[in-house]
Amino acid sequence: MRQKIKLNERIKNIHPYMLVGGLLVLLVILAAVLAPVLSIHDPLTMTPRNRLQPPSAQHLLGTDEFGRDVLSRMLYGARISVQIGLTVVVITVISGTIVGMLAGYYKGLDNIVMRFLDGLMAFPEIIIAITLAAVWGAGMTNIIFAMSFAYFPRMARVVRGSVLASRDLEYVEAARAIGARNTYIMTRHILPNCLSPILVQATFCFATAILAEAALSYLGVGIKEPAPSWGGMISQGRDFMAVAPWLVNVPGIAIILAVLGLNLLGDGIRDYLDPRLQD
Amino acid sequence: MLRYIARRVLLLIPVLMIVAVVAFIITNVIPGDPVRLMLGDFATEAEIAAMEQKLGFDQPFHIRFFTWLSNIIRGDLGDSLFLQMPVTKAIFGRLEPTILLAIIGQLIGILIGVPLGVLAAVKHRTAIDQSAIVLALAGISVPSFWLAIMLMMLFAVNLGWFPTSGYRPVAQVGLGVIRYLILPGVSLGVMQSALLARMTRSAMLDVLKQDYIRTARAKGLNENIIISRHALKNAMIPIITVLGFSMAALLGGTWIIETVYNIPGTGALAITAILRRDYPIIQGSMIFIALVYVVVNLVVDICYALINPRVKYR
Repeated sequence: MRQKIKLNERIKNIHPYMLVGGLLVLLVILAAVLAPVLSIHDPLTMTPRNRLQPPSAQHLLGTDEFGRDVLSRMLYGARISVQIGLTVVVITVISGTIVGMLAGYYKGLDNIVMRFLDGLMAFPEIIIAITLAAVWGAGMTNIIFAMSFAYFPRMARVVRGSVLASRDLEYVEAARAIGARNTYIMTRHILPNCLSPILVQATFCFATAILAEAALSYLGVGIKEPAPSWGGMISQGRDFMAVAPWLVNVPGIAIILAVLGLNLLGDGIRDYLDPRLQD
Repeated sequence: MLRYIARRVLLLIPVLMIVAVVAFIITNVIPGDPVRLMLGDFATEAEIAAMEQKLGFDQPFHIRFFTWLSNIIRGDLGDSLFLQMPVTKAIFGRLEPTILLAIIGQLIGILIGVPLGVLAAVKHRTAIDQSAIVLALAGISVPSFWLAIMLMMLFAVNLGWFPTSGYRPVAQVGLGVIRYLILPGVSLGVMQSALLARMTRSAMLDVLKQDYIRTARAKGLNENIIISRHALKNAMIPIITVLGFSMAALLGGTWIIETVYNIPGTGALAITAILRRDYPIIQGSMIFIALVYVVVNLVVDICYALINPRVKYR
């Protein structure tokens, strides 16, 4: 009975943002996973005869300048965005957690690592991502690593902050007193305490990665044509903006919904996990 | 106070050293042969060797780094590979539009963001507050380059209020320069205003809970005066800090927005350099942007100490 009340309480505490954000994110992930099933047309097949068709029953969101179906390209674009976003999040979380944990736990290491991260953070993240992607050459793997390198300092900082907050707590001291090894203390006692800030930061990182991938592809240093990335679609559609506005609007709205969903989810999770932050 | 400032300036030296190391590493950790990559498939062996020597790629990594470092300490960022001029000259020649654009973007951010945040905090937990939050969230979710295209379509192409793209220097058009910078400035400022609105709202909520606000209300002070004189003044401290940090996002944004609007500033210079692999310009642009960011944050820290007497000049 008590359990049930607790569960009800918990559900009641779920912020509407979390719900709306979660739904939007789910929608984007579903679009990404089901792209091959949902799209009637191939995203790469060109039919010049059908170029720049406005939305119709045949092509729900119209066609582009090569006669490719915009809806299919948008769905496959979700696949690219989600794939890149998720991989960047995983790499960022792992590397950021390791670096942040070590810096926060070992005082001697802290100064050196943090100064280096400060140096990295003096560059706008998007600029590090653009430069690395350009220097390494376009392509999915390269831009994933470029973005991970750009975003991991922030994650490391968040983790370090919460390690510092729990490093000197009594139960950690107790673990040390009974002779627990450092790795054991870090993974079993400190890490669980850092999980909620990591989760929140990961959600925002996902959002930023989608925006950054779009910007990179727009500038021509990200995913290359003919692969359908949202940023690339906007860049190409721009020239036809006056006659075929859907070419820019469809991918633009897709980006906004995906990023808004993740930001709402992140805000919601933060409020849910730490009610003190709720005003 | 002077000692505090001097100390902060001295502390910049190690940070700038790290910035230089990072800029060098990022542009030098290249898989494969950078020179071959740069010159393309049709370059002859002799051309490649000549370029390698020009760029110093025939030297070992650490020698290259120290030569480069000692050069930049003397203010020499090298020569552009394509523009036939020193990197510093290329960057300085394009400063005007970037600086103006950053100022306008920041101003728009402040003018929209701060009032919106104050309004949301004052009308806490009302429909106004909720709409402000959602609006701010939407603001940080819109890709700036997409917004830029939309604004260009609506206000320049359809309504004809502003030029679609391009730029004329102040020396030619005087104050008319603003016409070229309003739309790009708004594209940059929206993200900025959203960040500021979020920060202002939470800072104001913190302050409004304080005892001295209750006291002010208890003695029957006008609510407008409480908000503007008592609350906002104190909430300004975290807001100014965020202003400094968000400068990074703003500077990063100039690279993209200048490209969209064809504005010949430092950002467009960097993107062009990136697309044709003009390494000295890329490195120079990175150092330039980090330098601006570090200096802006130094100024913010000093302002912070000036505004807030509680900050000890340690």
